Amino acid sequence: MFDEQAVTSSVTEGIEKIQKASSTDELKALRAQYAGGESEMTRASKSIGKLPPEGKKAAGQLMSKLRADFGRAFAAKETELKELEEQKALEAETVDVTMPVDRHPLGARHPLSTLMEDIQDFFVSMGWQIADGPEVETEWYDFDALNFGPDHPARQMQDTFYVKGDKAQDAAGFKGSNMVMRTQTSSDQVRGLLTRGVPLYIACTGRVFRTDELDATHTPVFHQCEALAVDKNLTMADLKGTLDALAVAMFGPEAKTRLRPSYFPFTEPSAEMDLWFPDKKGGPGWIEWGGCGMVNPNVLRSAGIDPDVYTGFAFGVGVERALLLRHDINDMHDLVEGDIRFSKQFAMGE
Amino acid sequence: MPIVDIDWLKEHVEVPDDLTVEQLAQDLVRVGLEEEDIHASSVTGPLVVGKIVDFTPEPQKNGKTINWCHVDVGEKYNATDENGNKVPRGIICGAPNVGKDELVVVALPGAVLPGDFKIASRKTYGHVSDGMCCSQRELGLSDEHNGIILLREQGYSKEELDALELGQDAIHLLHLDRPTLEINITPDRGYAFSYRGVAREYHHSTGRPYTDPISLYEKHVPKAPEGGIGDVEAKIVDDNPLHGVVGCDRYYLRAVHGFNPTSHTPNWMQRRLTRAGMRPISLAVDVTNYLMLDLGQPMHAYDLDKLNPPIVIRRAHEGEHLTTLDGKDRPLSTEDLLITDSPEGNEGSRIIGLAGVMGGLYGEVTAETKNLLVECAHFDQVSIARTARRHKLPSEASRRFERGVDIEMQPAAAQAAVELLSRYGSGEPSNNPTDLNNTVDPEAIQFKVTEVKRLVDLDVSVDRISSILEDIGCVVAGGGNGIMSVTPPPWRPDLTMPCDLVEEIARLVGYDEIPVRVPPAPVNDTGLTPDQSRQRWVSSTLAESGLVETLSYPFVGDADYKTFALDPESMAARSVEITNPLGGDRPYLRTDLLHTLALTAQRNIRRGLDNVKIYEIGHVFHNDPSAPPIPALPGGVRPTDEQLAALDAGLPDQPLHVAGLITGDAVAKGWYEDSREVDWSDALSRVRRIAERLGVEIVVTAPANYGELPSTYEAATWHPGRTALVSLTDGTWIGVAGELHPHVIENLGIPAHSAAFELDLTTLFDHLSDQPLQAKAISTFPPVKQDLAFSVEESVTSAQLEAVIREAAGDVLESITLFDVFHGGALGEGKKSLAYAVAFRSSSKTLTAEDSEAIRASIVEKAQEIGAQLRS
Repeated sequence: MFDEQAVTSSVTEGIEKIQKASSTDELKALRAQYAGGESEMTRASKSIGKLPPEGKKAAGQLMSKLRADFGRAFAAKETELKELEEQKALEAETVDVTMPVDRHPLGARHPLSTLMEDIQDFFVSMGWQIADGPEVETEWYDFDALNFGPDHPARQMQDTFYVKGDKAQDAAGFKGSNMVMRTQTSSDQVRGLLTRGVPLYIACTGRVFRTDELDATHTPVFHQCEALAVDKNLTMADLKGTLDALAVAMFGPEAKTRLRPSYFPFTEPSAEMDLWFPDKKGGPGWIEWGGCGMVNPNVLRSAGIDPDVYTGFAFGVGVERALLLRHDINDMHDLVEGDIRFSKQFAMGE
Repeated sequence: MPIVDIDWLKEHVEVPDDLTVEQLAQDLVRVGLEEEDIHASSVTGPLVVGKIVDFTPEPQKNGKTINWCHVDVGEKYNATDENGNKVPRGIICGAPNVGKDELVVVALPGAVLPGDFKIASRKTYGHVSDGMCCSQRELGLSDEHNGIILLREQGYSKEELDALELGQDAIHLLHLDRPTLEINITPDRGYAFSYRGVAREYHHSTGRPYTDPISLYEKHVPKAPEGGIGDVEAKIVDDNPLHGVVGCDRYYLRAVHGFNPTSHTPNWMQRRLTRAGMRPISLAVDVTNYLMLDLGQPMHAYDLDKLNPPIVIRRAHEGEHLTTLDGKDRPLSTEDLLITDSPEGNEGSRIIGLAGVMGGLYGEVTAETKNLLVECAHFDQVSIARTARRHKLPSEASRRFERGVDIEMQPAAAQAAVELLSRYGSGEPSNNPTDLNNTVDPEAIQFKVTEVKRLVDLDVSVDRISSILEDIGCVVAGGGNGIMSVTPPPWRPDLTMPCDLVEEIARLVGYDEIPVRVPPAPVNDTGLTPDQSRQRWVSSTLAESGLVETLSYPFVGDADYKTFALDPESMAARSVEITNPLGGDRPYLRTDLLHTLALTAQRNIRRGLDNVKIYEIGHVFHNDPSAPPIPALPGGVRPTDEQLAALDAGLPDQPLHVAGLITGDAVAKGWYEDSREVDWSDALSRVRRIAERLGVEIVVTAPANYGELPSTYEAATWHPGRTALVSLTDGTWIGVAGELHPHVIENLGIPAHSAAFELDLTTLFDHLSDQPLQAKAISTFPPVKQDLAFSVEESVTSAQLEAVIREAAGDVLESITLFDVFHGGALGEGKKSLAYAVAFRSSSKTLTAEDSEAIRASIVEKAQEIGAQLRS
């Protein structure tokens, strides 16, 4: 029996309840109740077949409309409720994102190492090569090849750590090992010339050793950067240009350098180099930064290079000094003690 | 280094009246004489001249005697008595040389002496002491503190003493208001170890008129007789010349007769010596010291009557000894050059001095000396340098001889000495000098004037070059064809090559005049080498993994070896040793980074830091006792390839290492996870990460399975069951990782289970290919994923089982992960279960169920060979 009134009121009732539903579960239950197998809607649909042909069409049209009304109401409510529930779920998952997290704790580089890499990168950008040599070095490379003869007064002024030994004899007849802890990265100069030949543009960064006790401004183990260029037509003007470029790379566009006459056995003419440091405490000023000069002909001869054809320049700067200046560090102890708090101040890229 | 006193400097060069030491420093640094320090007195007044009117010695209970003095310090500063009369001040003075009517230097209340010593009226020894009579030391003048300054003894002339007024400002009188400049002299400028040289450099810097003092004295020098032997016979007998050079090439003597040994050194000379840091001793000694500072010529004064000529300059004989002026007995070397005389006709039998370094006790000038012999010599630089080095006896004389003394100034310097000795000591100079002169004139340098442009890029005219070289004392000839013949002055032995002359020209023109240019380097083969890049990668990988980079000193000692449970004796044999270590307790260079890295960890932990995780990249040093001796080769000549190889062959192996030390919690306690203590795996995972970063396959082996252990593996340092030896696939050992032995951990005082690793980067890098990786094609066929759990004996390692699985599966194995391990239980005693997740994927087809079953079967079969049974 197709009961038009009963099915219409059932569907109307169902739509009303759907609109009041508060959860998708309730919604699903209502769909089963009003559109499921046992519902008035299903019963009415099934009974259409038993109607006389003239009644079938109208009943069919009614059922289509009721079904569509119900479906629209359901879909609208379902969308609404799903959004609501998702929102609730997200709210429930909300956390305090300001809580500190560090699942992969970062270590740190030592600022001396990163500064040396910066210096290396400067030279690489200029088209130079980076060279190195041994820290325990023969006296020949550290002294003799650099024009410090066995009795040269400057050789005694180097505060050298000597390596113990009694198998060898130096040129002055003193027994020893003929080995030292290298006093300067200049010891790499003649190694570079011998192994690489000319023209040569090399920079060496590394550890050097002098018998100075550790205090606020000295350390027996420190780092230098040595630069050596040997080519035809190099002059002291090229030395000044390279120094200025390095100063700018290290200390900013206002930095520059100044040369004062000095003496090193391995350069002639020789100079002390002062750095114009704009951020100097108490106002910009000159600060001693390193030594330099034109390569002494005897050094070139030590490497078998004709000083009448080739000229060269060399300079050495202290890496610690540059770091102390750049970062306003007042005590050398901080650089050498390896306190992790010191290194951790520096961002890894710095 | 030398002290420059403007008051003295202006004897040789004109200086502006208002010249300050700061300005002087600036003027001198421009030509290469660097400021070392400025010495200014910190004394502030009132400091005045006073006269001891009377004094009363008062013995004290402590055995000391103090003097209650009344000191007249003039109308202005005297005390006022109860009647309003000006009276001398009462001052307590403990000095033994207090005397009535002595003129003294008095610091009055309100004065401040060095060390922030404030003078005030104070009650002491039962009196009110109203000032202080000062010693030299109390005023910072010298170390002299045997008594107070008695102005009578300061060498003032009668006129000067009479002119002193009581209450006169003593700060000015004693030159305390005139600071001095200490300068650094580079080793090439020996002549600047004198006022003669500094004044010349001041002239070069400022252009102010300079007079060479030698040129003044030279005019009065008497001629030496033919043959050179004057009043005193002398001979040079060098039977062992060093480097082919006779030890003494000029020996010059002047006698002074009738000297008054009680004569005083004039005040101006005493003051200049004191301000230069030398103690006035006696007129004869002071004159020689004064002229050494003034002219740069070391000289010696002997008591002529004690000497038995001939004086013989010779090398020491085997077994000879000398007690030098400092009272030390020194065994002599046959390379030491001596001054000797000839008692009882035995030529050269008595040693009177170590030539150019220090005199002996015999022959010294004493308070009885009436006849003097002044010696001015020139010695071989090398001979003096070696003797000073051998006897660890650097003296004012040796410092000058080592750097080179003017070879022509000896007669003039001696003339200066005898003039002073006769003026202030009433002696009569003899005009019959002895002069043995074998000096060789400086060689002329053939100087191409274009060298100036070639080396320093300065455009300097030939005329200017010539006038600069003449100004520094050179004799210049020729030049028309662009080549000058330049003879350096006798005081500049450092000028031997054209580049030396270029430096002189450049520094006098001014380094600031040199243009600035950046040289274009030929860009080929630049960039970091692969190994330089790799070192950076290793470092950043470790830092990214939570370790902090540190840098430690490479020095270790026996105590450090013991900390690491190593035998100091055998370690010493393997270690490079320093002859002159800073601390005697750490004479060796580290063989392992870990030994010094651990000290850094300790320091951090002692400073209250937890979970210290650090690493270091640096060199270690391995002594090879059988290494050949390193030859001594001359500089300035390219050694042969064989010689170069011999240099390197003697050097110790010094590879680059990386080491890490990981302590405390591996995972720190947080709100989101529990903490986890560090163990062996934290070290191994860093090592594996490094290998992965470098793209190298490593083999990890327990020491027990390694076979013959590497000789430098220090087993006692490591936990025997939680340590791995790390090698490359070709068997090359590159390092070790794991937990430190509990004993070592206890010795270090670091947390239990602390882990560490150390790898030889030099060896590792040597085995890496610099060729680009050849990539495999990526298969897009689907994978087959399976879990395989095996039961094996505990003795079988996961590496062994994994190797078997890899071999059996072949190319289709895409990945293998050990995801579960358990021991014993249902498996039975001595067994463990290892469960792997594996993925197979073919590059050519989709694997069928039959395919994967076949692979699985082959793995199971192969696993049985090492006793592994498939569990599931």
